[in-house]
Amino acid sequence: MTAVNLDHISANPLLLEVQEAMIGAIRKNYGNPSSQNAAGEEALEALDAARQSVSQLIHCKNEKEIVFTSGGTESVNHAIKGVAFANADKGKHIVTTNVEHGSVTKSIKRLSQLGYSVTSLSVDAKGRVDPAEVEKAITDETILVSVMHSNNEIGTIQPIEEISKITKARKIILHSDAVDSVGVVPIDVQKLGVDVMSFASNPYYGPTGAGGLYIRRGVGIWPILDGGVQERNKRAGSENLIGIIGMGVAADLAATHMDQRVAHVKQLTDLFLKELPNYIDDYYINGDPENGLPNLVSVAIKYIEGESIVLMLDDDGYIVSTRSACATGSLRASHVLMSIGLDHADAQGTIVVTPGIENSPEDIMGFLKALKNIVKSLRDISPLCRIG
Amino acid sequence: MMYSKAVMDHFRNPRNVGVIEDPDGVGEVGNPICGDMMTIYLKIEDDRVKDIKFQTFGCGSAIAVSSMLTEMAQGKSLEEAKKITNKDVAKALEGLPKNKMHCSNLGADALHLAIKDYEDKKAGIKRPEPDPQDEEFEQKHCENLLCPYCDAQISEDVNFCKACQSELEESH
Repeated sequence: MTAVNLDHISANPLLLEVQEAMIGAIRKNYGNPSSQNAAGEEALEALDAARQSVSQLIHCKNEKEIVFTSGGTESVNHAIKGVAFANADKGKHIVTTNVEHGSVTKSIKRLSQLGYSVTSLSVDAKGRVDPAEVEKAITDETILVSVMHSNNEIGTIQPIEEISKITKARKIILHSDAVDSVGVVPIDVQKLGVDVMSFASNPYYGPTGAGGLYIRRGVGIWPILDGGVQERNKRAGSENLIGIIGMGVAADLAATHMDQRVAHVKQLTDLFLKELPNYIDDYYINGDPENGLPNLVSVAIKYIEGESIVLMLDDDGYIVSTRSACATGSLRASHVLMSIGLDHADAQGTIVVTPGIENSPEDIMGFLKALKNIVKSLRDISPLCRIG
Repeated sequence: MMYSKAVMDHFRNPRNVGVIEDPDGVGEVGNPICGDMMTIYLKIEDDRVKDIKFQTFGCGSAIAVSSMLTEMAQGKSLEEAKKITNKDVAKALEGLPKNKMHCSNLGADALHLAIKDYEDKKAGIKRPEPDPQDEEFEQKHCENLLCPYCDAQISEDVNFCKACQSELEESH
């Protein structure tokens, strides 16, 4: 039995067109885009074509504003540390939120060990930060505001456009971690007003190991990898050309099919939300489904624990993810779920359902049936049902 | 992470699930903060485990551990049951993943508490029961944060256990 993948936030399959482009690139044995020879020229053309595709996907003014990286984590590290290092003479204060991805929180934590100070803002029950709080947190020392575009656990989309008006007025660099948004929902860097934005290729069915950083012209940022002159001196190291070619094709497809894809996954998550009360009780939906990512639903299922739900679903052929402490090997339930006010037990019982373009309404209905039986059998075992 | 066949069997088909009405002994360990909580109920006759049932909130291995423990303790004399260790249960389950050894392998502790509860009741000793919903209890529990790999006490803001050199992930 082939498992039904409802965990696209963790991994997306490569589209056939992407696979073929990458296999073609492997067979072609490209040269090094930095080499001054015919093989290098050809490689540079392929690299620039991909840059053009990615640039169009996020509506850059100029494709030179794209720097290719090894993925979301490198992009975020580069954005945060690069801006902090380049602007240290102006100040050493960073503003962020309590619900960022680990690549953001840990990059900033590292900077705090180097003498940078941090203000991390709380969010409301839907996971949204108040732009007025961002404005209040800014001091004369602030050099960077980093707020994610969409949350990878609850799907909440942050008011980046409003925040950018504040940072522009105060001449502070705004970075947004848009890894789970780019290629998934329409993104226009000019409309958003971000100065630096991180993204990756896998969320829109491109390969892992390929990502990018949007750096608006004129923004002061240091490289994190030093060495050669690749990526206009912004990121040393020979480019991952095969991955980048796959990323370019995936970007073209995402741009062309954006409306259809959003409508498709939204139809599936809407169906799931509408039918869920007919299958289980005592649950609630985390985040902000009305204004969040169209492909993500986070459900806190009371009295039972996430890893056991996920394991049983896996056994029944349905793949979803959980943020319970047990499943992630951490000591505590997710910081995001705690930040939006869940108690420990409910945070431990949260699963994240993220359908993709290859899923059908039948997948959702089958999943609901499996979930109903699993919730019942786990609740029959649970001592919390007795207390609750 | 892969569980053994025995773990998956006990997880999917847990034995002795439920509550014993009017039990002779009850033992409860863990807390939802850590992600695992187990309750063991005992019926004792002639100093033997006549009936044993469990309820567990927790991950796959926590449920499998509880189920396996009840099978191991069923019919045993109290002295034999007291000798069952968490390690014995893990061994009977063909091993548990390293990071599950501490947090979800609490079955024997719950059993020993249940036996102690029976013995205390018999001797007329009253034990104050902690209220798991009590905030103070939760805070106290938070202070005793243990490394999931080696049981060493650690503080909340570390992401590396010095005792066993394990990375403690906050998120993926």
